[in-house]
Amino acid sequence: MAYSEQEILAGLAEIVSEETGLPADSVLPEKSFTDDLDIDSLSMMTIVTLAEEKFDVRIPDDEVKNLTTVSDAVSFIAGAQS
Amino acid sequence: MSHVPDVVVTGLGATTPLGGDVASTWAAALAGESGARHFDSSWVEDYGLPVTFAATIKVDPADVLTTPELKRMDPSAQYAIIAAREAWADAGAPEVDGERLGSVVSSGIGGLWTILNGWDTLREKGARRMLPMTVPMLMPNSPTAYVSLEFGAKAGAHALVSACATGAEAIGYAVDMIRSGRADVVIAGGTEATIHPMPIASFAASRTLSLRNDDPAGASRPYDVDRDGFVLGEGAGVVVLESAEHAAARGAKVYGQIAGVGLSADGYHITSPEPSGEGQIRAMRAAVADAGVTPADIVHVNAHATSTKVGDLIEARSVRGVLGDDADHVLLSATKSMTGHLLGGAGALETIFTILALHDRQAPPTINVENPDPELVLDLVRDKPRALRDGQIAAINNSFGFGGHNVALVVASA
Repeated sequence: MAYSEQEILAGLAEIVSEETGLPADSVLPEKSFTDDLDIDSLSMMTIVTLAEEKFDVRIPDDEVKNLTTVSDAVSFIAGAQS
Repeated sequence: MSHVPDVVVTGLGATTPLGGDVASTWAAALAGESGARHFDSSWVEDYGLPVTFAATIKVDPADVLTTPELKRMDPSAQYAIIAAREAWADAGAPEVDGERLGSVVSSGIGGLWTILNGWDTLREKGARRMLPMTVPMLMPNSPTAYVSLEFGAKAGAHALVSACATGAEAIGYAVDMIRSGRADVVIAGGTEATIHPMPIASFAASRTLSLRNDDPAGASRPYDVDRDGFVLGEGAGVVVLESAEHAAARGAKVYGQIAGVGLSADGYHITSPEPSGEGQIRAMRAAVADAGVTPADIVHVNAHATSTKVGDLIEARSVRGVLGDDADHVLLSATKSMTGHLLGGAGALETIFTILALHDRQAPPTINVENPDPELVLDLVRDKPRALRDGQIAAINNSFGFGGHNVALVVASA
């Protein structure tokens, strides 16, 4: 079953919130992982690992550096769903 | 050599089977409460554990820490950071240059839950699901590293490991850091979180755990004739140590002094204590000499006494061997009767008990001693606390670990 972009945003926001302690409703599409959410590379890889499991997708390492904003990640995950 | 500073204790912190902080833990200890209880019965059903209880932590870290903290710290580090925060606040959050602040907080075993959960994840889901924090969480220096990160301790962050002597050895190393001039303030202690079916099964296999499954609260009974092994505990104890000059300059409250440190190794057996107590005696003698006190000054001993047939008596005879006739006026307390055995946390928690015993002038009780072992050669505090005399007094806290590690700390009143 494919997730909608809205469901992916909500699920990703939950993962980011648990990793960072930020409220889930502050994880908005336009937020930058590094500049706005203060997520370092170790935390980003944790988020990627958890997101892969939650949405049953694969996010290649080469792709992670292109995921600047939350919206980038949502779009990638939505497109990567089989 | 330049002036060697005295090392004083200015902050205490703990989370234990008796309480989520020092005040509740100490009150429960003076009241003679037990922290032992039955654990998840599915562990017994699924794995056939012969032991059904342990001294589990009283306050769940989930009630105290944030979700990100819980997710990036093994329980051993969670307990350590909870205790360190309390100790630091208790010390009045001293203003100190980070390069003069050290961290020595150790675990005897390490991030056991993280290791085993990580192995489960790998086997069940494969490498792609392994979280990157797994190794930083399982490494045994993780607790001291988190303490160093949180408080900006840059003089050095160390993790001494010596099984059940770990917490005391960490405090001893911290004393050396201050005496040698490497630091003015050190956050030091021990932590352990190994109430998991695997180590329980292993300890049970070595026949060292009490099997008193019908009476968990009565199971840890050091020096009782019917003692049948130790009760596994968990938790952390952390102290803030400071050079006396540094503490005085900021007007800090002082609980007492870590006046002497004595270390030795048995070089005898991987688990059994050396029967004559020769190594324990050397550690205690070294600590007493290091403190510059005489046996007549020692009024109290917090025993390592884990409630095993052999170990308890060797220690009692060793204390008698060190203090001679002066052992007659020593009050002996075996607080593992209440807390269970915190392994790497034990030496630190029992140092806190020793400090508070001198500070409050009361030796905590040893519970469950219905019939004292007739071979016990010391005055054991049973059931109720007993008063310690006024004036300048000192006490010994003993900690011995698998591997033959012996650590004795001499604590002196403020």
